[in-house]
Amino acid sequence: MPDTRPLLRVEHLRKVYPSGRGEVEAIGDLSFTMMPGELLCVVGPSGCGKTTLLKCLAGLLRPTSGLVEMEGSPVTGPSPAMAVVFQEYGRSLYPWLTVRGNVELPLRHQKLSRAERDRRVADALDAVGLPQSARSHPWQISGGMQQRVAIARAIAYRPEVLIMDEPFAAVDAQTRADLEDLVRDLHLHRGISTVFVTHDIDESVYLGQRVLVLSHSPTRVREDLVIDLPRERDQLTTRALPRFTELRTHVYAQIQRAKRAPAPAPHPAP
Amino acid sequence: MTALGAGRTAPRGLGVRVAEHVLYAVGLPVLAVGLWAVWSTRSANRFLVGPGPLLDAFRRTWIGPAFVDDVLPSVYRLLAGLFASIVLGVAAGVLIGRFRPLRETLEPLLEFFRAIPPPVLIPVAMLLLGITDTMKVVVITSGAIWPILLNTIEGVRATDSVMLETADSYRISRWERVWLLILPAASPRIMTGVRQALSVALILMVISEMFASSAGLGYRIAYFQRNYLIAEMWSGILLLGLIGVLLAVAFGVVERRVLRWYHGMREVTRA
Amino acid sequence: MRKILLGAVGLLGFLAVWQLIPTLGLADPHDLPYATDVFGRLLQEVRDLAFWRRLRLTMTSWAIGLTLATLTAVALGTVVGLVPFLRRATHTTVEFLRPVPSVALIPLAVLMFGLQMRAALVIIVYAAFWQVFVQVIYGVADVDTVARDTARSFGLTRYERLRYVVLPTALPYLMTGLRLAAAVALILAVTAEMVIGNPGLGRMIELSRSAGDAVGLYGLVVVTGLLGVVVNVVFRFAERRSLAWHQSVLADEATR
Repeated sequence: MPDTRPLLRVEHLRKVYPSGRGEVEAIGDLSFTMMPGELLCVVGPSGCGKTTLLKCLAGLLRPTSGLVEMEGSPVTGPSPAMAVVFQEYGRSLYPWLTVRGNVELPLRHQKLSRAERDRRVADALDAVGLPQSARSHPWQISGGMQQRVAIARAIAYRPEVLIMDEPFAAVDAQTRADLEDLVRDLHLHRGISTVFVTHDIDESVYLGQRVLVLSHSPTRVREDLVIDLPRERDQLTTRALPRFTELRTHVYAQIQRAKRAPAPAPHPAP
Repeated sequence: MTALGAGRTAPRGLGVRVAEHVLYAVGLPVLAVGLWAVWSTRSANRFLVGPGPLLDAFRRTWIGPAFVDDVLPSVYRLLAGLFASIVLGVAAGVLIGRFRPLRETLEPLLEFFRAIPPPVLIPVAMLLLGITDTMKVVVITSGAIWPILLNTIEGVRATDSVMLETADSYRISRWERVWLLILPAASPRIMTGVRQALSVALILMVISEMFASSAGLGYRIAYFQRNYLIAEMWSGILLLGLIGVLLAVAFGVVERRVLRWYHGMREVTRA
Repeated sequence: MRKILLGAVGLLGFLAVWQLIPTLGLADPHDLPYATDVFGRLLQEVRDLAFWRRLRLTMTSWAIGLTLATLTAVALGTVVGLVPFLRRATHTTVEFLRPVPSVALIPLAVLMFGLQMRAALVIIVYAAFWQVFVQVIYGVADVDTVARDTARSFGLTRYERLRYVVLPTALPYLMTGLRLAAAVALILAVTAEMVIGNPGLGRMIELSRSAGDAVGLYGLVVVTGLLGVVVNVVFRFAERRSLAWHQSVLADEATR
C-alpha cells in the first residue's frame, strides 16, 4: 500500500440516461482509485459504459449518483487537471488550424508568456516525435500522426491525468504498436498519470500497470489486476513472455465471463 | 506504356498549354462579340446596339462625373447592405444555432420571412423610413440577410460533437469557442449563404433605385430606357453586369482564402 | 410536439409584437398598421374574385417562366455537361453571364415587349435558367466514368445511356436547381409586376403603396410570403424524394 493519497477516486459512480422507453443504465456501481504516476487500463466488453465512465472522469458528464474526486476535491465539470484524447482524432482536431495551432489551442486562455507557450508547444510536439509537422494541417498528415497531435495537445496542457478513450481503435496495426510505445514512453519518462480505456485485451496488458476489468450490466469493477510485467517493455519481447500470455488469458476469461454472467439487459447508449 | 503516355503530353511546352487555356477562356466570348458586331450592322432592330457604339456610350456615360454621382453611391449602398447582413446574419445565426429552444421558436417565422420576395419589402421600407439612403441599405440588408442567417444556423447546428467536447474538456472560454470552433466550423455554410446573398443584394440595389431614387445605377438605367437612350441603357446593363462579375470574383478570392483548409481537406478525402 | 408548440409561440409572439408596436405608439398606424387590421383585410380579400385573378396571373407567369427556363436549361445543360469541349469553351461565358442581375434587363425587356407579361417572362426565365443550368452541368458531369464505360461496353444506345445512366445521376442535382429556380422565379415574377406594371400581385403592391393603403400593402406582403412558403415546401419535398436514393448528394449540396 503506497503511502501517498490517491490522485483519482471514484466511488459508487452510477450513470443513467433518460430515454424514450424509461431509463438506460450505462454504469451501475463503480468504485476504484488511482495513484499519481500510474498507467491504468480499463477494459470491458463492448457496451459496458467505458466511454460514459471516461466522460464522467473528465467532467464532461454529470454522474447520476456517486463521486469522482480529483486530488481530494470533487469533479463537477471539465477540470484543468485532466486532458482527454478522443478516439475520433479526425473530429477532435480542428482542420482549420495547423498542427501547431491545435496543440496551442488549450494554452490560449492560460496566462502564459509567448515564449513559455512556444516552448510548451515545441516540447509537446517533440515528445510525440512530430516537430517537423507543426505547420501542416491535420488533414495533410496520416491518421497515426493526427492522433500523435491530439496526444501532444493533451501533454502541452500539462494535466494531472491523461484520459484516453480507445485512442488507437481507428489506426492500422503497425501505427498502433508505435503509438502504444509512445504512451509507454510518456508514462516512463515523463511520469504522466494515464487512464487508458480500450476494448483490446492485449493492449491493456501490454500498456497497463494495472488493468481494471469491467463487467457488463450492471457495470462494476470485476477485477482490479496488477500487471507484474517489467517496466521496460517492447512489442516483441514483452508480448512473447509467458507471463504476458498468462495475464492476457486471464483477462480474456474474465471478460468472457463478464459477458455471459449477468442477465441480459438493454444495451446502454455508448 | 508510360513512355507513350508521357510522350503525348510532355513535349507540349508551357506555351502551348497556356495558349490552349487562353483560347478556351476567350474563344467563345470573342466569337460571340464578333457575331454580335456583324449582326448589329445588318439588323434593323432599333433596340439592338453594336459593340462599338455600346463601348462608346459606356465611355461617355459612366466615365466622368456619373461615376461619382451614380455608380459610387450605388456601390456604397450595396456594400453597406452586404456588410450589415453578414454581420447581423452571422451573429444571429450563431445565437439561434446554438440554442435549440430559440431555434425551434423562431423556425416557422424564419421560414416565412425568407420566403417573402425581398423586393416587396421596398414599399414597406419606403413607408417606414421614407425615401432615404438608409432605406435602401435597410432594404438590401433585409433581403440579403436570410440566406446568410439560415445557412449560418445550419452550419452552427452541425458543429461536430467531438469538436465541441474537445473544447469543453480543455475549458475553452465561450468567446474563444465561437471564434476558434463554431465560426470556422460553420464557415463553409456561411460562405454558401454569402454567395447567395450577393445576387439578392445586387437585385435589391437596382430595384430600390428604380423605385425610389433620383440617382444611382438603377435609376439611370430606367431613365435611359424611358428616354429611349438605347446605347446608354445597354451600357448601364453592361456596367451592372461588370459589377456583378467583379463582386463574384472578389467573393471567389475571399472564399478561397477563408476556406483553404476546407477545400484542401475535401481534396484529400476525395483522393 | 414541443417543436410545434414552440413554433406556435414564436408566431403568436411575433403577431403580438406587431400588434403592440402601433398600439404603444412606437410607429404611426399609417406606416405600420395593426396586425388585426391587416388580417381582417386579408379575410375580405380572399372573398374577392379580383384577388384570385391577380394571384392566378402572378402564378401563371411564374409557372410559364419556370417551365421555359427549366426546359432550356436541361437541354443545354445536358449537352454542355456531356461534352468536355463545350464545358471548357463555355466556362468563362457562363461565369460572366451568371452574375448579371436579371433585373438589369428590365428596361430592355420593357423596350422589346412593352408592359406585358412577356417582358416579365424574359426576366424570370433569365434568372431561373442559371440556377437549373449550373446544377444540370454539375449533375451530368458527376456521372461515374466506370458506369458510363460499362454502359457503353454493353452496347447501350445513346438514348438508353441518357435514360439509365445520366438521368438517374443528374436528377437530384436537377431537383436542387429546380427548387432554387422556383424561389427565384417567384421573386422575379412579383418584382417584374412591381416595376414593369404587368397585372398581378406585384402591381397591386405598388398600387397600394402609391395610394397610401398601408393595410392593403402589408396584407399583400403577407400573401407573397405565404406563397413563397408554399413554393419552398412543395419543391423541397420533391427534392427530398429524389434525394432519397442518392444520399451522396446531400453532403455535396450543402457546400454549394
